[in-house]
Amino acid sequence: MSTPPIIEFDRVNKVYQSGGGPVTALLDVSLSIATGEFIALIGPSGCGKSTLMRLIGDLEQPSSGTVRVKGKTPAQARLDRDYGIVFQAPVLYEWRTVRRNVELPLEIMGRPPAERRERAMSLLRMVGLGDFGDAYPYQLSGGMQQRAAIARALSFEPSILLMDEPFGALDEITRERMQTELLSLWSNATPRPTVIFVTHSIPEAVFLADRVVVMSPRPGRVQRIVLIDLPRPRVFETRESPRFFTLVTEVREALRATENERVGA
Amino acid sequence: MTYSAQGVPGGAPGTLVRRVLPVLGVVATLLLLWEGARLLFGFSEQRLPSLGSIVETMFTRTRGGTGPLLIVQMLANGWATFRVALGGFVIGGLLGFGLAVLFMRLPVLERGLMPYVIGSQTVPILAIAPMVVVGLGRMGAPAWLAKMVVAAYLTFFPVTIGMLRGLRSASPQSLDLMRSYAATPFQYFWKLRFPVSLPYLFTALKIAASAAVIGAIVAELPSGAREGIGVMILNAAQYYNSRPQALYLAILVAGLVGIGFYGLVVLAEHLIVKWRT
Amino acid sequence: MSAPVQATTVARQAGQAAQKGFRLHDLWPPVLTFALVIGLWELAVWFFQIPLYLLPAPSQILETFLARPVFLLRIGLVTFINAVIGCAIGVSLGCLAAALCVRWRVVADGLVPLAVAASAVPIIALSPLMGIWLGSVSPLSKIAVVAVMTFFPTLVSVYRGLVSPTADALMLMRSYAAPQRAVFARLRAPAALPFLFGALRVCATLSMIGAVVAEFFGGPQNALGVYIKTQAGILRTREAWSAILVACLFGLAFYLAVVLAERAAMPWKRGR
Repeated sequence: MSTPPIIEFDRVNKVYQSGGGPVTALLDVSLSIATGEFIALIGPSGCGKSTLMRLIGDLEQPSSGTVRVKGKTPAQARLDRDYGIVFQAPVLYEWRTVRRNVELPLEIMGRPPAERRERAMSLLRMVGLGDFGDAYPYQLSGGMQQRAAIARALSFEPSILLMDEPFGALDEITRERMQTELLSLWSNATPRPTVIFVTHSIPEAVFLADRVVVMSPRPGRVQRIVLIDLPRPRVFETRESPRFFTLVTEVREALRATENERVGA
Repeated sequence: MTYSAQGVPGGAPGTLVRRVLPVLGVVATLLLLWEGARLLFGFSEQRLPSLGSIVETMFTRTRGGTGPLLIVQMLANGWATFRVALGGFVIGGLLGFGLAVLFMRLPVLERGLMPYVIGSQTVPILAIAPMVVVGLGRMGAPAWLAKMVVAAYLTFFPVTIGMLRGLRSASPQSLDLMRSYAATPFQYFWKLRFPVSLPYLFTALKIAASAAVIGAIVAELPSGAREGIGVMILNAAQYYNSRPQALYLAILVAGLVGIGFYGLVVLAEHLIVKWRT
Repeated sequence: MSAPVQATTVARQAGQAAQKGFRLHDLWPPVLTFALVIGLWELAVWFFQIPLYLLPAPSQILETFLARPVFLLRIGLVTFINAVIGCAIGVSLGCLAAALCVRWRVVADGLVPLAVAASAVPIIALSPLMGIWLGSVSPLSKIAVVAVMTFFPTLVSVYRGLVSPTADALMLMRSYAAPQRAVFARLRAPAALPFLFGALRVCATLSMIGAVVAEFFGGPQNALGVYIKTQAGILRTREAWSAILVACLFGLAFYLAVVLAERAAMPWKRGR
């Protein structure tokens, strides 16, 4: 990695206080992510992958250790609007039209109306929703809503994109199409944002990422990092290549190792 | 679940007819039953006046032929009640809104007060109305003020509860989204919490609308009140033997006031909450 | 492996809390606030020297009540019985009408919108008419008002409950070739039960208030509403407020009875 890391975790622990005593969500996580990298976080539920992402976004704070985002604290990075976020649910505001949903972050950041409108429309065109700017969210299908959510996250050109199982609620066919679309959005953006993509689908992680971070549950730890050397641009045929299968198998084995370890323990 | 601009509710005229026709059918059946009962059981005009005679009475003059038409007098009194109820509704609504925002900012206050506010629904607040009216009257306050106080009191409870529930109904993720934008508290409120709460607010306002009208009418019952549809009902009941039709007319107007008020709130809801199917 | 274990432990703890700790733990804030409000009321009356005719202090109200508890509870009982009978009639007829609405779509299309609109109508205005038809001192006229008041919300709510089963649930019954009667008894009726109790909770409070206010339009001397109105009219506010206290007690008792019946009738909802 030649470029300096944009995100750095240094011995981060996250402990939740619950009714049944403290629960360690993340244990001694150290990780550094390069600028422009596409990182997939994968692991069974309860492995803390979403927590890891939320620490970057300052939606939660670590119990110990440090997280640096662009050399700053996550809180400062959030105040500087350094990242856009996409959740599993589209979380569109139902009382706003699709266009005004995409405008929302720009509105909050105090951009002038004309610029907002123009920017929102060009993004909607980019995600294939050019004709739906004046529709209300309920008039859109699930996949279209998620496209609008991605357009909203990209609207202010953040340098980091946090995605928490964004395609988790979609059917497999729509999902694969969205993966391809996301990659083309990402590679066409200048500068290319750094993406942290949480998923529990192995093929999705392998297809999208530069590196797949495999996590093990209770306590959440980084188990292994699998380097994905598939050539870009990745296309439909990528999923049928032998290398793809090998890497999928590699990630699957890493995940199974986390199971075995726990059964053995 | 794909996009369709035609999917807006109340669109096609065919469905409108299909929706209105059965309602008209039931109303017609009720009116037929009314006249049928007169024929079948031989109810006197005194017991159950004919629909024709009620309509006829609408256009008789009051005060022995010198006053305005009865229907005009009734509607004027209905309007008086409506005004008072509206005044109380607005005051109570604003109060409820303010309290809800206060409770939202200070959860401690809410945790203590909310169950009590809900519990207070079991208290017959309407029953206190005569005392409010008599008490405030004794203090020299104008009659409309007491009525307005009762209407406001009945409005503010449902609005507080509904609005607070609405303000709290923003999903954790939509709040996270605002946080990710580093939004100011002001923006949290106006761009998220307030619009989220609007459907809840209108549900509460619909309940409050009828409560405010009922409150205003009940506040007109204690002796001494001179104006309002409640007074008309009492008077008509008192002189029922000489002119039974007036009572039916007064009750009809009272119903109209209630439905009119409710209709206005529904209309406002349709104009403002457009995103709901 | 530990996840399900943890989850069940938490669920079990929550369940235990719901059964045992729930009452004490959840009740004290409202009780405390209630005491606080009563205390503030008492203090305010003395401190601001609020005239008696406007608002008596809680202690005065209690004192007045304790001076004639039997009398007040007796007239309260008269009104309460009207409320309960009226509520029972209105709710029964409401359920019946809702069932008819499910059987014949046309009835529903005509009746349900009217019932919704009826919620905006001040039903209480019917009181004098009922008085003329059924006798203004007769309990029948009050019962009739309460019955009309409770009929419409029950109809709307129970109808919504009866049509609440999903298409899948109905398809399941269809796959069993279940007759209409069985679909109603085994699917629609149980599905409507929570809606019925929701309506009952509303109607319990509504009917006590309705019975009292119906008496404002005239009624027998030994009824709560008449007593409140006459005492308020001659500025004997302590007496009037003590009668309101009685109305509160009966209203609360009615409401609690409904809540208890709900818990008994729907054991599967208890853990909630």
